[in-house]
Amino acid sequence: MDLAELKTSGFKAVSLPRPFLTWFAEKGWQPRAHQLELLSRAQGGENMLLIAPTGAGKTLAGFLPSLTDLVTRGKIPPGSAFTGIHTLYISPLKALTVDIERNLMKPVSEMGLSVTVENRTGDTPQAKRQRQKLNPPDILLTTPEQVALLLANKEAERFFKDLKYVVLDELHSLVTSKRGHLLSLGLSRLRKHAPKMQTIGLSATVADPMDLQRWLVPQGEVPAPPAGLVHVTGGAAPDITIMKTEDRIPWSGHVSTYAMPEVYEQIRRHKTTLIFVNTRFQAELLFQTLWTINEDNLAIALHHGSLDASQRRKVEAAMAENKLRAVVATSTLDMGIDWGDVDLVVHVGAPKGASRLAQRIGRANHRMDEPSKAILVPANRFEVMECQAALDANYLGAQDTPPVGEGALDVLAQHVLGMACAEPFDPLALYDEIISASPYAGLSWEMFERIVDFVATGGYALRAYERYAKIRRTQEGRWRVSNAQVAQQYRLNLGTIVEAAELNVRLVKRNAKGTVGRGGMSLGKVEEYFLEQLVQGDTFLFAGKVLRFEGIRENECLVSNAFSLDPKIPAYAGGKFPLTTYLADQVRAMLADPDHWNALPDQVRDWLSLQRERSMLPRKDELLIETFPRGKRFFLIAYCFEGRLAHQTLGMLLTRRLEREGARPLGFVATDYSLAVWGLNDMGAMIGKGALSLSDLFDEDMLGDDLEAWLDESYMLKRTFRNCAVISGLIERRHPGKEKTGRQVTVSTDLIYDVLRSHEPDHVLLEATRRDAASGLLDIGRLGDMLKRIKGHITHRDLDRVSPLAVPIMLEIGKEQVPGEAQDAVLAEAAEELIAEALG
Amino acid sequence: MHRLGLAARTAQMSGPAAGTQEISVNGIAAICDPLGGLYLPDTRVLVVSDLHLEKGSAFARRGMMLPPYDTIATLKILSAMIARYDPFCVISLGDNFHDRKGSQHLSADLRGLIGDMARGREWIWINGNHDPDGTVDLPGSCADELDHGGLVFRHEPRAGLVGSGIRGEIAGHLHPAATVRRREKSVRRACFATDGQRLVMPAFGVLAGGLDLGHKAMHGLFDRDRLVAHLLGRERIYSVRYLSLIG
Repeated sequence: MDLAELKTSGFKAVSLPRPFLTWFAEKGWQPRAHQLELLSRAQGGENMLLIAPTGAGKTLAGFLPSLTDLVTRGKIPPGSAFTGIHTLYISPLKALTVDIERNLMKPVSEMGLSVTVENRTGDTPQAKRQRQKLNPPDILLTTPEQVALLLANKEAERFFKDLKYVVLDELHSLVTSKRGHLLSLGLSRLRKHAPKMQTIGLSATVADPMDLQRWLVPQGEVPAPPAGLVHVTGGAAPDITIMKTEDRIPWSGHVSTYAMPEVYEQIRRHKTTLIFVNTRFQAELLFQTLWTINEDNLAIALHHGSLDASQRRKVEAAMAENKLRAVVATSTLDMGIDWGDVDLVVHVGAPKGASRLAQRIGRANHRMDEPSKAILVPANRFEVMECQAALDANYLGAQDTPPVGEGALDVLAQHVLGMACAEPFDPLALYDEIISASPYAGLSWEMFERIVDFVATGGYALRAYERYAKIRRTQEGRWRVSNAQVAQQYRLNLGTIVEAAELNVRLVKRNAKGTVGRGGMSLGKVEEYFLEQLVQGDTFLFAGKVLRFEGIRENECLVSNAFSLDPKIPAYAGGKFPLTTYLADQVRAMLADPDHWNALPDQVRDWLSLQRERSMLPRKDELLIETFPRGKRFFLIAYCFEGRLAHQTLGMLLTRRLEREGARPLGFVATDYSLAVWGLNDMGAMIGKGALSLSDLFDEDMLGDDLEAWLDESYMLKRTFRNCAVISGLIERRHPGKEKTGRQVTVSTDLIYDVLRSHEPDHVLLEATRRDAASGLLDIGRLGDMLKRIKGHITHRDLDRVSPLAVPIMLEIGKEQVPGEAQDAVLAEAAEELIAEALG
Repeated sequence: MHRLGLAARTAQMSGPAAGTQEISVNGIAAICDPLGGLYLPDTRVLVVSDLHLEKGSAFARRGMMLPPYDTIATLKILSAMIARYDPFCVISLGDNFHDRKGSQHLSADLRGLIGDMARGREWIWINGNHDPDGTVDLPGSCADELDHGGLVFRHEPRAGLVGSGIRGEIAGHLHPAATVRRREKSVRRACFATDGQRLVMPAFGVLAGGLDLGHKAMHGLFDRDRLVAHLLGRERIYSVRYLSLIG
């Protein structure tokens, strides 16, 4: 092979084969320094992590080691022994694998390399998948789920034995999720099949690169040296501003409709604008608002995860062809797909995290040397501060991506079953393999055994299911699957993404008699629990239309066009990000320091000054508690700034305690910034007289018994449990649209949860649920940190009326759903009517 | 949804009947109990339906290892009801077991528990669609349907309104549940559904789900103007007219 030496500074000379040099020269390009450094160090045998902003040529960098090696190797002569795949590329998105195939094939064919590249996703036809197993391509582009599926196959070892490189794209977003946990376990198995394989991680900037550097290499008793780091900084600093509005900035709310005329004006002034929002609800509402003022009939489209896939594809295609002037989108567009010539990103609502903001702004302008342009549109006054904090953070390059976290137990159970499907496993060997995956490095042997027991027979103390075991021990002490059906079940159940039960939404026509026809366009999917609350005639906003609910037929939700202007709105569960710890810190700091206020709009500055006069502004590490009467109620407001989830949990626990102390609390409401509790007794006076101690009220011990007692009832925990039950394989996944074909059985996971709580509270799946909840829905971890931080730093102000800072949360009261305990009250109210009727 | 909580709160269950609702079906007095059973004081008959015993193990045989505690939980509630009313006769209205071979999977203790409950009283297992072959290895007798004290007891309600040809009927099978909505808040609970002529029982088994009263399987069974849902609340029955469920 014809090689040329290319000298670059700072690291050893790198071999770039002739076709590459010619190709770069023909394009008039230079290989970038980071591409060469990565190549050189990978060739030296290092696992590598490349952190670079969009537009830095990350993909080519990631594939260079593999492509050069393949060119050096040359084409496999026909008739040679079976050769497995050489390179595995793994991305979190199916769409991204397709995109990359296109982007990779271009240089490969232009250089005339004899390298085969194919993708494999859930959409790949069965015949092609079979062929890939018999005759693997050199480079396989795929998703974490497909890797798990390939590894659970009996042929896995043969397929992967020649593996040299694993390229992991968008690693920062993969590692923090359960998919990342599954993938880390997959990597540990890949290393067993191909001990010399190397990993190359590609990532956007993250808070702690070392987390990822460790993630890429085997851990365990003697961890391998962390992956080498190539960090590309720079690029032009983005040009970000906060939307200036003539209008009043609202006190509360999340929708920013007030600013839509200004946003519309910006769309007119730019070629293509991406409008990011945090929730599907915001997307729907803003899309509708924009169209009501769209006098020029600009092509403005909508894109979010609940819309029908074909509709999304249409928007994506139109976007790539630069046919659209604006797209209102949720996080579905967050990741690195190419989006034509976006010249402005508008971010509506606070970004909730500095890293997320940086990612989204990166969507504008893929050339890294030109500044991206972005405008932030805060929805309320607290968000103005949050936007300002995020803005400062982006300039400072601060990062607040979440930590990798401990590996989930439900994912582990899935993996253990998969490994038994591949070949009978020796428990000690599998345990060693598993703890070499960084999220599972701390897994105890005892927990591993419980998981194996769970996979085998459900792990119940009452050992009722030995005869139905899914995996059994052989005489040599290995675990094997009991029968082929178990493996089949595993394949159907694989994956870590559990969608809430959703129904397809179909638009039908109503005739004059009010009956609805069949057929009509499919609009997308809505969660079942939302539909359960609707009755025929209710209206809601979806797919950019106001729709009238007509009923449920088989597995579809039928809707017709409504002419109502006041729709009831989908309460989607997904998409509400809580404020990150980092931004929360910044907002607290801004509040405490008036020197910081110069950047804020006058309205917000005046608001803060007024708060300082009427009550006070807390110092950065201080927790301000205000109490005041209003109407016939007494309010207690805690300004914690720890995000909505942690506040919700705190609210549940605090009301329990206040109840015990005789404050007679009636309810609470939580926002990202504060928590309001109201009751019948004067909590301010109680604190003043010493009848109520704030330090006792906010003591860390609330995370003990009170938490346990509350978990019994928590609806949120049941949701978490449902996910764990599906992922761990306790119950079968529901396959949308296929409910009727298979002998599929449904059983309510809420009922299973109740059985376990009352009969086996220490069951491993409840343990898994609690762990998930601690970091996820309930954010107990963060609440614990806060309780520690504020110890001895609580300041109380007893006021005679509502303070300026309290206004936003006071406006939220009444918008919240009533939790489970109050349900019987609803029934009682309805039953009273019948009694009244009977008496009357 | 909270029946398991019930099974755990034995203290509440063991007390005397509370929160019940007295009604009449085909002119015969009946008591809806919030534990999910119907008591007929005149004939001292206790009716329960759709126990779906051994549902957990039925799933386990197919590879879904559901908790093996559902049978004991259901039987605990049943046992509390029997203690509460000391009936002369217990009628279990079908789908007594989740599948045909269900009773064979019953452990010796649970078999003993049923034996204790049945001692000194009549016990009639009505056959259901899940267990059409009857329940033969337990105390009591089996029947496809039973005509007793002015009422017909069968698993699946006969099609059409009660009246011509069909007498007052107590049935199961459908697992009726209803959603009550007031001021934008919805609550769904299992219920006794009756128009005064026919009564469809809520499912008694702790792992049995529910089917909405508006579902097409319920069509034509009730006179909707007279239909009342007696919902199983935490501690009492809540009675709401079908036409006022959505307020």
